[in-house]
Amino acid sequence: MLMRLLNVSNFSVAKKWVHKNLFSSWASALITIFCFYIILKIIPAGLDWLLFSADFVYNFRGEQIIDRTFCSKVIEPGQHGACWAIIIVRWNQFMYGFYPVEEIWRVNIVFALTPFALLPLFFDKVIFKKQLIYFTFIFPFIAYYLLYGGPGLTEISTSKWGGLLVTLFLGVTGIIIAFPFSILLALGRRSKMPVIKSVSVIFIECIRGVPLITILFFGNIMLPLFLPDGVNVDNLLRGLVAMTFFAAAYMAEAIRGGLQAIPNGQLEAARALGLSYWQSTIQIVLPQALRISIPAIVNSAIGVLKDTSLVLIVGLFDLLGIGRAALADMNWMKLSHEVYAFVAIIFFILCFSMSRYSLYLEKKLKTDNSI
Amino acid sequence: MSSNQVIVLEKVNKWYDDFHVLKDIDLSVTKGEKIVICGPSGSGKSTMIRCINRLEAHQKGKIFVNGTKLTNDLKNIDIIRKDVGMVFQQFNLFPHLSVLDNISLAPIWVKKTAKKEAEELAMAYLEKVKIPEQALKFPGQLSGGQQQRVAIARSLAMNPQIMLFDEPTSALDPEMIKEVLDVMIQLAEEGMTMLVVTHEMGFAKTVADQMIFMDEGKIVEQASPKDFFTNPKSDRTKLFLSQILNH
Ligand SMILES: Nc1ncnc2c1ncn2[C@@H]1O[C@H](COP(=O)(O)OP(=O)(O)OP(=O)(O)O)[C@@H](O)[C@H]1O
Ligand SMILES: [Mg+2]
Repeated sequence: MLMRLLNVSNFSVAKKWVHKNLFSSWASALITIFCFYIILKIIPAGLDWLLFSADFVYNFRGEQIIDRTFCSKVIEPGQHGACWAIIIVRWNQFMYGFYPVEEIWRVNIVFALTPFALLPLFFDKVIFKKQLIYFTFIFPFIAYYLLYGGPGLTEISTSKWGGLLVTLFLGVTGIIIAFPFSILLALGRRSKMPVIKSVSVIFIECIRGVPLITILFFGNIMLPLFLPDGVNVDNLLRGLVAMTFFAAAYMAEAIRGGLQAIPNGQLEAARALGLSYWQSTIQIVLPQALRISIPAIVNSAIGVLKDTSLVLIVGLFDLLGIGRAALADMNWMKLSHEVYAFVAIIFFILCFSMSRYSLYLEKKLKTDNSI
Repeated sequence: MSSNQVIVLEKVNKWYDDFHVLKDIDLSVTKGEKIVICGPSGSGKSTMIRCINRLEAHQKGKIFVNGTKLTNDLKNIDIIRKDVGMVFQQFNLFPHLSVLDNISLAPIWVKKTAKKEAEELAMAYLEKVKIPEQALKFPGQLSGGQQQRVAIARSLAMNPQIMLFDEPTSALDPEMIKEVLDVMIQLAEEGMTMLVVTHEMGFAKTVADQMIFMDEGKIVEQASPKDFFTNPKSDRTKLFLSQILNH
């Protein structure tokens, strides 16, 4: 913005812009000045804390930081930068939880392959799309084998998984499994068959009417009571089931909005042509309804991703859970600003990219002739 | 029932909740016959023709199409819809599909025609309605008259024996009405069995074998166009004709 302003060869254009957008009235002028004041106050101080005065590997005396007593701000009251050493020293935990260090390469391979598996799902024009689609379908099995282990690889119990690995596992897997499920729920809710309709309505309303924490507790504590003795469902899997149900109910409501926007006349035309319910749903209704509901779907997906952080209450160590564990460590106590800031930055990057993606999609679909 | 009769309605009644829309409708249509239906708004014209391809279900009486009786049996409904095409007032094209895809969709999915063949078929019908150059456009880029011609082509591509038209030109600007009517006249000349709800009396005089006047859910008058326009029997028909011809 600033660059654009400076580049304006005609100074009066810039003056006009400033006048129109920042000082159009007394109230807006006051707000503008107030905002500039806040920005001038906050940004330098923030950057100073985050970067310029911060400790990374060494403190201000040049010693390597191995616990909180080495942090500059702990040694010297005058120092006030962040002490990122807590993140750096415990980096593996933040990324992988308690995954054995010598096996971490397996998680890294999965992290590295995930974008390739997701590309064909999220983008239209991808090179080697056909081949990548096959990969997308076998990827879950590869990922399972690598992460969990199997013939030739040591088994790593999911209780050892943690950090970003668990956050992404719950968020990405949950959302992707929930998506087709949510389409069925949204269609079911509009079905003329009373049984299908009421099952869908009850499922959606029950899940939406209850906080996620309750669903997580239900999955964690109640579910085993209903299962036969000896059947032991993995803790992480229970969390995944709860997240999937939760995501499906919210996404179903997002999709329902899109379904309602399709004029009935199109369905009548399809029926008159002899198309069956599923044929017209797949060929005519869904392509249009999903397009319309993209912003709402992405919106709920962002909500779901953020809500994965609640799993820490059922004993799973997602990114936030690992952060709290770090703060409970005697050696690193009281560095909560750093930990929460780091977790917030990671979540921000994930959610912000999702929201950019949704903007990209909306733009792309708008330029498509077809609307 | 002679084998010549492709559509037969016997004492057909229909209600929307308490509202009696169709009252004891009797009608028989022979192969190749063109029937034009008119009547005031709300008289049940749309409802009647929509019962013929089961977009609406009737509650009493019998409907036969090509000898198949219309019941809740889905198989019968499928059979009938293969034989009956329909064109709507609002065109009802699929806006996310190109013109070509709009037309080839049903042949591909319902008749399992190969894609390439279905597209050639679609092009042939686009030639027939005289807009082959629009094949790759989307419905939103066409004029109303062009859209309605695409809708006709889409219906014809399923090779129906009977065509139902529900006020096909009422949503069109006056200058586009003719291009659609011309296509319908051509279709009539080729011997298609047609039931047309319309208030285009010029068209009716040109193509109709029978005129039907409906009011309050009943067929009030059924006659050849000559008798219908020059010597209508019922007063309501007279009133309606005077209103519509003098506007
Ligand atoms: N789905 C419905 N539910 C309840 N009433 C309906 C429904 N569809 C139509 N009707 C009523 O049935 C009557 C006949 O409707 P229909 O559409 O057949 O009339 P029409 O002769 O085609 O009129 P128009 O010339 O306005 O199209 C009208 O009074 C209408 O309000
Ligand atoms: Mg009507």
